[in-house]
Amino acid sequence: MAIKKISKTQPENFEFNKKNKETADSIIKNYPSGKQQSAVMALLYLAQKQNDNWIPLSAMKYIAKYLDMPYIKVYEVATFYSMYNLTPVGKYFFQVCTTTPCMLRGAYNLVDVCKRKISEEENRLSKDGKTSWLEVECLGACVNAPMLQLNEDYYEDLDSKKLEQIIDKISNDEVPQPGSYRGRLSSEPENTRKTLIGNKNA
Amino acid sequence: MLKLKVNDIDVEVEEGTTVLQACEQAGAEIPRFCYHEKLSIAGNCRMCLVEMEKSPKPIASCAMPAAEGMVLKTNTEKVKKARKGVMEFLLANHPLDCPVCDQGGECDLQDQSMYYGIDKSRFKENKRYVPEKYMGPLIKTQMTRCIHCTRCIRFATEVAGVPELGAIGRGENMQITTYLEKAMESELSANVIDLCPVGALTSKPYVFEARPWELKKTETIDVMDAVGSNIRVDTYGWEVKRVLPRINEEINEEWISDKTRYACDGLKNQRLDTPYVKINNKLKPSSWDEAFKAVSERISTTKSEKIAGFIGDMTNMETTYAAKDFFEKTIKSENLESRYEKLYINTNVRSNYLFNSSIEGIEKSDLIILIGTNPRFEATILNSRIRKNYLKNKTEIISLGDVGDLTYPYQVISNNTDTIKDIIDNKHEISKKIKKSKYPSIIFGQSVLKLKSAPYIFEEFKKYLLENNKISDDWNALNILSKNSSTVGSYDLNVLSKNSSYEILNKLENNNFEILILFGQDNLNFEKKNEFIIYIGSHGDKGASIADVILPGATYTEQDGYFTNIEGKLQKAYKASYPPGEAKEDWQIINELSSFIKRKNLYKDKNQLIDSLINYLNLNNKNETDFEVPEYNFKSEKIITEEIDYYHSNVIARASKTMSECKNIRMSLPKTGTDN
Repeated sequence: MAIKKISKTQPENFEFNKKNKETADSIIKNYPSGKQQSAVMALLYLAQKQNDNWIPLSAMKYIAKYLDMPYIKVYEVATFYSMYNLTPVGKYFFQVCTTTPCMLRGAYNLVDVCKRKISEEENRLSKDGKTSWLEVECLGACVNAPMLQLNEDYYEDLDSKKLEQIIDKISNDEVPQPGSYRGRLSSEPENTRKTLIGNKNA
Repeated sequence: MLKLKVNDIDVEVEEGTTVLQACEQAGAEIPRFCYHEKLSIAGNCRMCLVEMEKSPKPIASCAMPAAEGMVLKTNTEKVKKARKGVMEFLLANHPLDCPVCDQGGECDLQDQSMYYGIDKSRFKENKRYVPEKYMGPLIKTQMTRCIHCTRCIRFATEVAGVPELGAIGRGENMQITTYLEKAMESELSANVIDLCPVGALTSKPYVFEARPWELKKTETIDVMDAVGSNIRVDTYGWEVKRVLPRINEEINEEWISDKTRYACDGLKNQRLDTPYVKINNKLKPSSWDEAFKAVSERISTTKSEKIAGFIGDMTNMETTYAAKDFFEKTIKSENLESRYEKLYINTNVRSNYLFNSSIEGIEKSDLIILIGTNPRFEATILNSRIRKNYLKNKTEIISLGDVGDLTYPYQVISNNTDTIKDIIDNKHEISKKIKKSKYPSIIFGQSVLKLKSAPYIFEEFKKYLLENNKISDDWNALNILSKNSSTVGSYDLNVLSKNSSYEILNKLENNNFEILILFGQDNLNFEKKNEFIIYIGSHGDKGASIADVILPGATYTEQDGYFTNIEGKLQKAYKASYPPGEAKEDWQIINELSSFIKRKNLYKDKNQLIDSLINYLNLNNKNETDFEVPEYNFKSEKIITEEIDYYHSNVIARASKTMSECKNIRMSLPKTGTDN
């Protein structure tokens, strides 16, 4: 993936709300004194959650001061990890897995749907401003390929049509049911189990 | 000691060395990009792979500690193949635009790909492009060429103490940048250009100026501050193209400050290249004969005690000595002064005005007290040593008064002279710390020596340190940090008012002199009335603007000259270029002027001058002089560390466009990094 773009429009200020401040302080306590900088990743994630799922520059500065470390070091971490969003993302944020197993099972069909129904480019808000999408590397649900992550939930065993339905629902502000879209329970085999049949508890 | 075998050669190395260092001790050359002796180990370029017995894969020798009984091979087929592989990967995304790259000819990547690489590329895909980054007026970036060795990041964080450089993104898309592309706020920033093994960071003022093989290289000494950094001056014809550091572990290690490096374009601007004589209140170009005539007529009709001379801040010792001889023998006057401020200097023994702990010695000091000094701007290289000491030993550093960011934390205590009195009277907590410490360093800046109570502070503090056995043959805790390169040399030559009183400076203020001869002195603080001023110097600056006769001289790159640095080390600056136009070397001007006045040369040639100078130094430096300590009193006052205009601190820097640019940017920069 290419280097992350930094949003051109940035909020002036950022500060943790009261609850997050408490959480942040308790995270910092996990580390020995003087090693508070180790908490940077957790704090960035907190900031992302608080700020509509993306991290503005002011939040990085705020965290750098909070942990007494140079701005550039926080910036390095934030640009390194793909789970930190540095530009505003939609309220409904689709992350489509395109790593090999998903790709073999038709992940690019899903990408095409996203391009058609959400926005032509990654990380660009849809027309109604509610959704955006991103291609990501393996999300660890290869058994249910192809799949995508919508905010905090996995939607699995998808195809173009099913994804279109999901996006349609989303645009009406309905949150569809997460999980497998071929009626599977977790990652169990289709058409009943074929192994360990004799074992009741398996 | 550990015993190893490298290519069947037995070597013994100290514990804690790396495999790479061990191989080098055995005489095997190991190619590298990311490894640098003065920086921490990163181990990310993989160029230094060697084969180790019992290891299935080649190992990165820079990151592997040497161990007892290791058997290493650096020249096997496997190693060669590994190097070729690494080289190919490095070059996969490297643009190979050597013909238009400033690093060409002195590029590590170029050299090593010649030795260790393969002759063609198998990479058919598109190459990566990285946009240029802005890093200030000194560093030009071409980040597509970057091979991600991270030397620059480590230098900025570790040595310069400004963690402003970093690597964003990852993998192929990793990019080196400053935070939001701001200029680096460091006086050592341009050293990253030397560190960069490729042409990603190159010198902005030197861009497309010359190729390294076209330049004449002269190893010499820097005069921008009193540290005396060892430098190499590269010239193309007359012009000084660039200044690079030379390794001297005792002084500047491998670094030089930005002013040392980039004030060199000031050597081309504002130069005085022909003599000037004031006729009808206007300076007019003239010939040397006319100028000498005007001067000698004036001097021979003036009483000798009404003539005074002042030595400048970058004047070499030959000139100073010639000026001294000129005043003593030709004019028969004692009015020669090297100070421009009323500094208290006890010339009794040499160690009274030296940096006695030594620049290298400061690294082992366990307590550093700064009194009226800001080493970051007064002696940048020394400051990096203090920082190095701090990083290694977490040394306690105390400053009287807040002097701003020094790139390391320090404790601020009251900057009143009462604090010093308390310390001397054992009433302050610092007294205990000094007593307890084995190698304390007390650094006095010039701002202290200017005070009314300077004699008290200096003499009593020295007594106090002597009593507590902190001044001995082993260690001398008393340090004077001079600001200018000529200062210590002039003291060595005893170019001061009698008993280093302020007689000459007082007379100057009261306009008691009729003729002033300024030997490159531009910092005098007085109001000109009827004085006839002769300026001998290189640049049209403050001194030349008030002069009645200007005799154009040479700068430090245009004449051989000795300088004594703050530690008292005598070093020689060599002639790299020649003075412009009609200008002459300074000692020559004095010699000829003397022959004009007295019909007799002071010296037959330069060798005679140097012999005489060295003789004088040998005699003078060993013996104690008859210095009488004046009566002194304590006075309660504030020690205010004088702020210096770092980028404009001398005539060369003031004439330099690059330095002006740096100054403008520094002034408009909002604070970044870990301030506030």
